[in-house]
Amino acid sequence: MADSTVVLRPPLIDGNKTFAQVTSDVCSGMEGKPTPLWWASFLTAFSFLLLGGSAIGYLVATGIGTWGANRTIGWAFDITNFVFWIGIGHAGTLISAVLYLLRQRWRTSVNRAAEAMTLFAVMCAGLFPVIHLGRPWMAYWIFPYPNTRGPLWVNFRSPLVWDAFAISTYFTISLVFWYVGLIPDLATVRDRAKEGLRKKLSGIFSLGWNGSTRTWSRYEVVYLLLAGLATPLVLSVHTIVSWDFATSVIPGWHTTIFPPYFVAGAIFSGLAMVLTLMLVARKTMRLEQYITIRHVEVMCKLIIATSGMVGLAYATEFVTALYSGNPYEQFAFLNRAFGPWGWSYGIMVSCNVIIPQLLWSKRIRTNIAIVFVISIFVNIGMWFERFVIIVTSLHRDYLPSSWADYRPTPIEIAILAGTFGLFFSCFLLFCRFLPVIAMAEVKGVLNEGREPAHGHGHAEAAGKRAGLPERVSAMEGVRG
Amino acid sequence: MNRRMIVASFSTEEDILGVTQAAHADGLKVVDVYTPYAVHGLDTAMGMKRSRLAWVCFAAGMVGAILKLWFEFWTAGVDWPVNVGGKPWNSLPAYVPVTFEVMVLSAGLVTVFVFLVISKLKPGKSPVLLAEGITNDTFVLAIEEEDATFDPVRVRKLFERFNVRSISERYGEEVS
Repeated sequence: MADSTVVLRPPLIDGNKTFAQVTSDVCSGMEGKPTPLWWASFLTAFSFLLLGGSAIGYLVATGIGTWGANRTIGWAFDITNFVFWIGIGHAGTLISAVLYLLRQRWRTSVNRAAEAMTLFAVMCAGLFPVIHLGRPWMAYWIFPYPNTRGPLWVNFRSPLVWDAFAISTYFTISLVFWYVGLIPDLATVRDRAKEGLRKKLSGIFSLGWNGSTRTWSRYEVVYLLLAGLATPLVLSVHTIVSWDFATSVIPGWHTTIFPPYFVAGAIFSGLAMVLTLMLVARKTMRLEQYITIRHVEVMCKLIIATSGMVGLAYATEFVTALYSGNPYEQFAFLNRAFGPWGWSYGIMVSCNVIIPQLLWSKRIRTNIAIVFVISIFVNIGMWFERFVIIVTSLHRDYLPSSWADYRPTPIEIAILAGTFGLFFSCFLLFCRFLPVIAMAEVKGVLNEGREPAHGHGHAEAAGKRAGLPERVSAMEGVRG
Repeated sequence: MNRRMIVASFSTEEDILGVTQAAHADGLKVVDVYTPYAVHGLDTAMGMKRSRLAWVCFAAGMVGAILKLWFEFWTAGVDWPVNVGGKPWNSLPAYVPVTFEVMVLSAGLVTVFVFLVISKLKPGKSPVLLAEGITNDTFVLAIEEEDATFDPVRVRKLFERFNVRSISERYGEEVS
């Protein structure tokens, strides 16, 4: 059955790893002392977190007046940041759930970190609507619970209520998905650890996992079901976020293109952030053989695709506005591109549509430094996209007498910096204390385990070692 | 339960798949197979039936969605009807998003909870590991010595055909 004419696919993981090597490569990063680079990054991130924390403390103590937002521009920095962070989270779910359903096996090296990124991004995002309330200690009023005010229930027709349900469901399901994925790896950590806190904690959280196939078989079903649930969930979350805008009657917001436009933009921005983090992690954690140049290339291709979708959305909404015959709609878009905030529209289009086109070239896709810079540009561009949508639509509304300008205050900038601090502090702690790479999944895609032990001939065995497609070799293993 | 088991360790996926299939075909009672990662096809090789967790997930999602939809109708139309922009009490389309979110939430949480219960996984449980390195790089097959017709020599031969690494015997252990 050996088919020597099969085109050989390059292995997903470089370096001809054995199972034990995968375990030690991933775990050794957690077991040694943290490097000076880790401490430097962590302390930097943590000081940003402290800065943001104190800014929030000042905000809560003083009031929303410390922000530059005004009666015309009621949503500005805070909601921009909210949509930005939620969008970042979406790529994590895309990689962990959607690519799982599509059987994209390269995802195994990056999914753990991408899912962690989702959690931390949603934490950052959730902060903004809460502090935007002005009285954040009453945030729980958004949930319908029996209360002494009637009971007065929430208005289930309001997109803001939908949003609260969407974000909290998204966070919970992402957390559960991430944790279920971690259980087998926590068992690996438990079995490697000597006595001590790590042994104790990994023992508690690995739930007595012992690698039983009866459990594995159900585990695979649960993982598939969670992926199937998370996929429509992630689409619904940003759809609902876009409805916060689209159900209003503001020109530039009241459009049916918003749900797909927001979802595509979210995945685009998240992919850029995954790429940024991946490139940093593979360098600092020495994971070049797990997160290979092929992974970077595939991510770049996804970025080109989503960049195209975002570009199409920009063009569509502009043309639709001009063609609509609605003077307010036409004004909103001309004002967006050529008004006083035209420069931010320029940043948005160049960072999100023009610069990513460079990735069509294979030479650029395989140049880590350039890819890193491009991913940063996309992050900036996508932040500006949300800023453009919010501020330029609001600052000149129907009544010229209420037109206003907007300038962020240092408090707002400090809070944004603080969320970056929160995000990176959490991510660095995650890299330090949990397996960054899903060991149990990577072991499943190593070619190493697929070599026929009592082979059908030398040519075939050699072919396997050179990296025969795993499906073919797995079938041989079963029938051999 | 007091039972005798033969426990054999292997190093590759092919070996564990092959030996499990052969043992199952031979009529041996496979207690369980322990692997560092999910080996595809091993559950069918062991003769396991398809998991019914998908039905649990479906039922939990349906129950969650129906309860939430009822709750939205009840709060907005019965318990304290509030006129919002002249919209009808039963504004069904507006209830869809939250119903969907609650459906996903209940389906996901219940499925994972049921999975943990039926797999007897719980926080702080100390694991029963039949060999060292199961969570690292070892594939382990456990076969029960059922009755007098059990032939250890033949079983050993079978294991050796699949490059067995080590074989040991265990008594009276509860494995789950």
